[in-house]
Amino acid sequence: MTTPQPTAQPRHVIELDSVSKEFADGTLAVDRVSLAVAPGSVFGIVGHSGAGKSTLLRLINLLETPTTGTVTVAGQELTALGSRQLRAARRDIGMVFQQFNLFRSRTVLGNVAYPLRQAGATRAEARERAAEALRFVGLADQAKRYPEQLSGGQRQRVGIARALATEPRVLLCDEATSALDPQTTQEVLALLRRVNDELGVTIVLITHEMEVVRAVCDRMAVLDAGRIVETGPVRELFAAPQHPTTRAFVRSAVQASPLLDLLPAALRKHGVDDAVTASVLAEVGA
Amino acid sequence: MIQQDWSLLWPKITEATGQTLYMVLATLALSGLLGLVVGLALYATRKGGILQQRAVFVVLSTVVNVVRPVPALIAIVVLSPVTRELIGTAVGTDAVVFPMTVIATFGVARIVESNLLAVEPGVIEAARAMGTPPVRILLTVLVPEALGPLILGMTFMLVALIDFSVIAGTVGGGGVGNLAITHGYLRFDTRVMVVTVVILIVLVQAAQLLGNVLSRKVLRR
Repeated sequence: MTTPQPTAQPRHVIELDSVSKEFADGTLAVDRVSLAVAPGSVFGIVGHSGAGKSTLLRLINLLETPTTGTVTVAGQELTALGSRQLRAARRDIGMVFQQFNLFRSRTVLGNVAYPLRQAGATRAEARERAAEALRFVGLADQAKRYPEQLSGGQRQRVGIARALATEPRVLLCDEATSALDPQTTQEVLALLRRVNDELGVTIVLITHEMEVVRAVCDRMAVLDAGRIVETGPVRELFAAPQHPTTRAFVRSAVQASPLLDLLPAALRKHGVDDAVTASVLAEVGA
Repeated sequence: MIQQDWSLLWPKITEATGQTLYMVLATLALSGLLGLVVGLALYATRKGGILQQRAVFVVLSTVVNVVRPVPALIAIVVLSPVTRELIGTAVGTDAVVFPMTVIATFGVARIVESNLLAVEPGVIEAARAMGTPPVRILLTVLVPEALGPLILGMTFMLVALIDFSVIAGTVGGGGVGNLAITHGYLRFDTRVMVVTVVILIVLVQAAQLLGNVLSRKVLRR
């Protein structure tokens, strides 16, 4: 793999510069999006279905080729690479999917070992590192089973282990928890947190659930009709959403929050508006 | 009408069965391999495929569509000059493998193509995201993922080939079909007819059983 020029530590591990994607049928799925993701952060992209989230995420590893604009990951301008170099660059970008997309023909260990084999590891080496990745996600004991024998949450953890096997710097999550129940969602989100904290992997995730953003993201962007309408630290966007779409999302999150049930009790306890506001903000920031 | 002794018939029956098995298995092996290649090419080059090549796809697809409707018997006759050129003769068990392979290859190609199309696009996307080159995606993701249905498709082809070989046998291909015509039909020997039909039924049953067992093993259900 070609290493990028050892220039000064880049401020951003992912940079999209005025990226657009127009499909053959004329649909403008992503419209002049620019965004930058700092190394080691967790970045959330929120939007309704059809807003272009999925396309935007796929533009980062060039599964979709942008119509215009440039994509730079880990100091390498992907949009300037040939197909062979691009494939090498993709090994530094893991991806997990809503429907897991595990290979049914391979065991759990075989799934996780696959990207390592593709990256040139020997069979023994691949198995060893795959076993290690499975230990990290807590599924070492499931190595010999097949995906269909696992629960949804376990399958997604295999998906995460597979995406992390080649030790990428970036992990892209495409609605990684949308097919899971709330309990399992929490487990997978906790795992993503560990991936970020312990391995230092930068995560970009797309979701339509504000709960997910609140649980794991540092910064977020709100996507509406292919355009980023608002971006900033999660805490700020929750506290003072500007765009109507952001407001709608924040409202949905607050309504879905058990916090609301606690409010009357908190009101009775304090009897002061300020105190309630403060505790809401604390909850949002947590 | 000359009613032959069973002791004289049996060697002929076993020889004919051996010839049929040879024709069918040789054709299956050759058309299986070639059909897999053509099927993979059809799958990969189609619009939106991982190696989209419109010209290649249109040519391949047209050839397949032209060859497939040709009846087996006609194919053997039409291809006989080519067969003679390639094999040295247009008669006999070896000679018949050529036209059978040509016809079967395109049948297998469509079976392969449709089974690959049934593979979830998500796993292909996952492999692409890992940086796997297209040809390797075909061989290490698509074929393994579609293996169960592919085995059943090949079983279908195997049964069709047994049928095909009988037709080939009637026009000089040897085997059970030849025996049925020369001894059963032309000599009015009902026993031979019954025996050949029983042999064919047994062969088809065995082929289907083998396919079912293998595919179940691969599909783990």
